Amino acid sequence: MLRLTRPVYERMVGHCLDGLPLEACGLLGGEPSTAKATLCYPTDNVAASARLYTVDPRQHLLADRDAEARGLEIIGVFHSHTHTEAFPSPTDVAQAPDPSWHYVVVSLRDLGPVTRSFLIVDGKVSEEPVVVEDR
Amino acid sequence: MPVEVRLPTVLRQHAGGQASVQANGGTVGEVLEDLVRQFPATRGQVITEDGTLHKFVNVYLNDDDVRYLDKLDTKVGDGSVVSILPAVAGGAG
Repeated sequence: MLRLTRPVYERMVGHCLDGLPLEACGLLGGEPSTAKATLCYPTDNVAASARLYTVDPRQHLLADRDAEARGLEIIGVFHSHTHTEAFPSPTDVAQAPDPSWHYVVVSLRDLGPVTRSFLIVDGKVSEEPVVVEDR
Repeated sequence: MPVEVRLPTVLRQHAGGQASVQANGGTVGEVLEDLVRQFPATRGQVITEDGTLHKFVNVYLNDDDVRYLDKLDTKVGDGSVVSILPAVAGGAG
């Protein structure tokens, strides 16, 4: 289960909406052992595409350092699917960099954003519940 | 000269769980070669067999992505920090 604080959830979905019509992306920071994201790092999508994303490498470095300075880690990545369901695409699975990460997809296909989270280990995708907590 | 090399989570298991190690070299490429010498299981994870930077990782000298410097020929100096992070990409495809 992935837990998100409400500010993290709102910032993540807001960044995805702001990115339209392109895919948006960012990183989630938190405590790996509790799978709770308390930090949201919206990043630029340097692929600047409606179908692909690449987290800005320098922003990734800065986010990684910031999380570490707070005694936390980058525990996952989020990105939007602008016109498909919130499920990892073959591209997402093939490029998943870390089996310990949470892969969050925010689908903007329908009227309201749909947020789902997945674990991707050795190419196998398993969905996990997403819980938004007030604090 | 020894520089600090900061490892991503996925490589730490190949370096005794360490988040950061010391490696020697005058360029980023030499430093990464020394990393492989010390921790052979990292072979192929950062540098491809044909000696180029793997496309699924980003390597930084201090704050800068070495792809925008001199890539593996980027010179390192006293107090340099080489960081390795996964390239994070995907999309609806």
